Amino acid sequence: MARKDSTFLGWPVLRQLATGDLLGRGASVTSRRTREVTPRTSTSDRVVQSVCPYCAVGCGQKVFVKDEKVVQIEGDPDSPVSRGRLCPKGAASEQLVNSPSRQTHVLYRPPGGTQWQRLDRDTAIDMIAERYLESRRNTWQELDSKGRRVRRTMGIASLGGATLDNEENYLMKKLYTASGAIQIENQARI
Amino acid sequence: MANADCVVIQGSNMAECHPVGFQWVSEAKARGARVIHIDPRFTRTSAIADTHVPVRAGTDVVLLGAIINHVLSNDLYFHDYVVAYTNAATLVNEDFVDTEDLDGVFSGYDPRTGTYDNASWAYEARADTDGEIQEPAGDDEPESRTRARAAGQELGSYGAPLEHARVVRDETLQHPRTVFQILKRHYRRYTPQMVRDVCGIPEEQFYEVARAITDNSGRERTTCFAYALGWTQHSLGAQFIRAAAILQLLMGNMGRPGGGIMALRGHASIQGSTDIPTLFNLLPGYLPMPVAGEHDTLEDYLSQIASPLQKGFWTESPAYTASLLKAWFGDAATPDNDFCFDYLPRLTGAHGTYQTTMAMLDGEVEGYFVVGQNPAVGSAHARMQRLALGHLKWLVVRDLQLIETATFWKDSPEIATGEVRTEDIQTEVFFLPAATHVEKSGTFTQTQRMLQWRHQAVRPPGEAQSELDFFYELGRRMRDKLAGSTDERDRPLLDLTWDYPQDEHGEVDGEAVLREINGSHLTGEKAGELLSSFTQMRADGSTSGGCWIYTGVFAGGVNRSANRVPRHEQDEVAAQWGWAWPMNRRILYNRASADPQGRPWSERKKYVWWDEEAGRWVGKDVPDFPVDRDPSFRPAPDDGGPAALAGDDPFIMQADGKGWLFAPKGMVDGPLPTHYEAQESPVDNPLYAQQRNPSRLIFPRKDNLWSPSGEEPGSDVYPYVFTTYRLTEHHTAGGMSRWLPYLSELQPEMFCEVSPELAQEVGLENGGWATIISARSAIEARVLVTDRVRPLTIAGRTLHQIGLPYHWGIGRDAVVEGDSANDLLGVVLDPNVHIQESKVASCDIRPGRRPRGEELLRLVSEYQSRAGTTAATAHERVDEVPPEMARRRAAAGAPGETGSTSATADTEGTG
Repeated sequence: MARKDSTFLGWPVLRQLATGDLLGRGASVTSRRTREVTPRTSTSDRVVQSVCPYCAVGCGQKVFVKDEKVVQIEGDPDSPVSRGRLCPKGAASEQLVNSPSRQTHVLYRPPGGTQWQRLDRDTAIDMIAERYLESRRNTWQELDSKGRRVRRTMGIASLGGATLDNEENYLMKKLYTASGAIQIENQARI
Repeated sequence: MANADCVVIQGSNMAECHPVGFQWVSEAKARGARVIHIDPRFTRTSAIADTHVPVRAGTDVVLLGAIINHVLSNDLYFHDYVVAYTNAATLVNEDFVDTEDLDGVFSGYDPRTGTYDNASWAYEARADTDGEIQEPAGDDEPESRTRARAAGQELGSYGAPLEHARVVRDETLQHPRTVFQILKRHYRRYTPQMVRDVCGIPEEQFYEVARAITDNSGRERTTCFAYALGWTQHSLGAQFIRAAAILQLLMGNMGRPGGGIMALRGHASIQGSTDIPTLFNLLPGYLPMPVAGEHDTLEDYLSQIASPLQKGFWTESPAYTASLLKAWFGDAATPDNDFCFDYLPRLTGAHGTYQTTMAMLDGEVEGYFVVGQNPAVGSAHARMQRLALGHLKWLVVRDLQLIETATFWKDSPEIATGEVRTEDIQTEVFFLPAATHVEKSGTFTQTQRMLQWRHQAVRPPGEAQSELDFFYELGRRMRDKLAGSTDERDRPLLDLTWDYPQDEHGEVDGEAVLREINGSHLTGEKAGELLSSFTQMRADGSTSGGCWIYTGVFAGGVNRSANRVPRHEQDEVAAQWGWAWPMNRRILYNRASADPQGRPWSERKKYVWWDEEAGRWVGKDVPDFPVDRDPSFRPAPDDGGPAALAGDDPFIMQADGKGWLFAPKGMVDGPLPTHYEAQESPVDNPLYAQQRNPSRLIFPRKDNLWSPSGEEPGSDVYPYVFTTYRLTEHHTAGGMSRWLPYLSELQPEMFCEVSPELAQEVGLENGGWATIISARSAIEARVLVTDRVRPLTIAGRTLHQIGLPYHWGIGRDAVVEGDSANDLLGVVLDPNVHIQESKVASCDIRPGRRPRGEELLRLVSEYQSRAGTTAATAHERVDEVPPEMARRRAAAGAPGETGSTSATADTEGTG
């Protein structure tokens, strides 16, 4: 092909006639690059069924993975909810996963600080656990102002988004409640 | 929705915000359905609809009330359905006084606290019983307590408790105290002329909408309503939805294919976040969080959820509660110690997100976890949110990107205005990267209560981690640090069941958590087996289960949320795709799809029916009814619980088995929806002297100012109405969209939508800049001059509305940034669910960009002083009435007010 393309034999009209693609809508007008590429979806190592993380319609997604990287996310035609469709957000969700600005390191800003610092995750979780227990101690209420037993802390609060999995919400509510934190809220109230 | 003959979309821009779900509206239309869109703006939804009805934001109760009035006055309701399945025939007791007689408040109102004692809204008691209906134990407390617990939200999936169901009914519907007659009188003045003057909808268009609904309801046809935050985000939002519920019950459109009211929820698992709540007032499965002084013992607690003599499945709450506590506290939870009920912390009021923000400003909160949420942009009065963050000792933000909540200490607009300095902010901030939806496995619950399992595709990159792993690890370390503690307060943490299997990468097995949620048999020959239904739960500690409504998702040891039978291989109900709670039912209350004798209302709308020969309910869905209960069955007078459901009581979670046109309990701001103007409104309430919802939650503070309303001096300083909304290309506060190049390119800039008439009036140019000023703040936006927004004529005056998307925020990290519409809003809440009013407020608009630095603050305060607004403005609970009316109100007021009982108000913590 390469040789032919570079001579007059590669002229479009001749190609159309030669290949029977008379209207020039088929193989005769595809470029070499087009001929050489294959869809990422066909070369992926595996396809995993998922659900779109944006609105609550719950559209089915097919996640295409190659070399342990997500290479494409498409609508799942099997889904009775979405019948294979995705909106612009769902269709862009591959960028959500592979965004170059996505943070993959723990960052820390000390009181009064003007810059982020790096902190390893293990240390960060340990520091948070310490602070949690300390704030709980500082603000513990065994009784309220009327002498009624409340056994709680009003010094720790939480606000979750509604893209949390049910299992995640469950562990959060369980842990917070057992520790006495009650100001636990979610996007569902907003 | 595809089966509807008419679809009314009101308070939602479904085509824009739920584009893929909207295909079912298009499908219905292709099958011949009529589609009506009622919205302040002409949107992508209107473009597909047969009719677009522009409406003034916040006036939906007038429109719906007028349709109810039209239906009742012209006998257009579905008579057989209404008599058999609703409480239309039930009598209300003599003490009830309607808003029509008290100029905008119901009986039982206490003006000092802004709350109702709902005793006078109760049903009439049947004389053949012991005399009077007893309230559930302890429920003689004033309603203010219920309010402080966000009662309506708590009753999210069920009706309020009644002591029993021995009610008086007049099935001729003629008795003046039947719900039916009360309803008729209540909406008598909600007329097409009132709709014209209040909503700005011409009379002929009103009749067009009313006719579409009535022509498409009844035995052969059904109408479906769909709403979203256009209904919820109001100071009487829950009542908007109640109004639609009344209409749909009157038209016989509940529990039937193509009927119902679709709550179009906005986030992947927002339904799940309510079912398994990270909400202050709820435990999993809509069990309430215990309240100090009310729920001191497990017995007190259970007796207030349901009386054993009321109808339906809430009488089994002792089994649901014991199973939850067994799931959480394992062997430590025994019948002798009330299953560690004492371990649960107690509420003393409302502890919602806005009350908590104000507590932060007051220095009461030390630590704050923000998990996949962006309050610095996404919450109302975003400025107040950002300032509150600076008062914390420590803040943990877990997200995919450096959202504005994580960078508030260096990027927030208050630094530009010189109000705060980075160096002075003492908050210690931890940013931890999160995992995306494809990097973890777990379930989302979508808008129709369906759980869908997501399989993990890849591992999270770098130090990114799921919430499941983070909170498991956090809990593990806190427990390690407390190990050996003899302090009694640490027992709940140490006794917590907290050992979940992890894979070779240390990631927690999500299925193990879902199994715990589903629940198991703990003793007997089935010990260790997973429960298949919540009806297997027991109150004696022999079962566990973390969320009773989700029981069955793992029936038989199979993860049913992962069911994925392709749609071509099953019928339209698609019961084998995912799993819907409860018990995989796809339409709730579907017993109502058959007539009282159990026959389908029509062949066309056949769904679930009684099979006489088999002696069972059968059909296309899992029957939402005791499966072998004969339609002619009548319970004995002293029966309670599921056994007390008559064969024609389709509303099985309601205490009397009927759909509630009139709500004797459960709504804190009235048994019937009544029109009030928004917190900020350019017009006076034409129906009552009472301007605003007298029970709305208000926060009179200097940092929460409002514009004067109606004829009050100064209201012309903020003469326009604005409403906020979403775009297809962005997602809420932008955390999942403004960092994506594709989406940012599609919608790069904050803009405002104005009509050509308004543009001309104030000199705005398409594509130019405008500054929008409210009593809280001022923002700038690009101008979009468009016919999509039309000026309305309200009582002879021209009224302009402005549309503002709310996706943008100020921060240097996103691909696109812009001013946040939420900065313009203040904090006023619906009293039932504590959701803020963000769909309607007042503003001014002028050409050009907003001033920078301190000049911005000067502009806002110059407007405030011109309008004469103070912390008292719009914070009156009740508006003045003539002395004669004041006397009548006092006579029908709360018992405490008239001195007849000792009721005291307890509003501690409600701000």
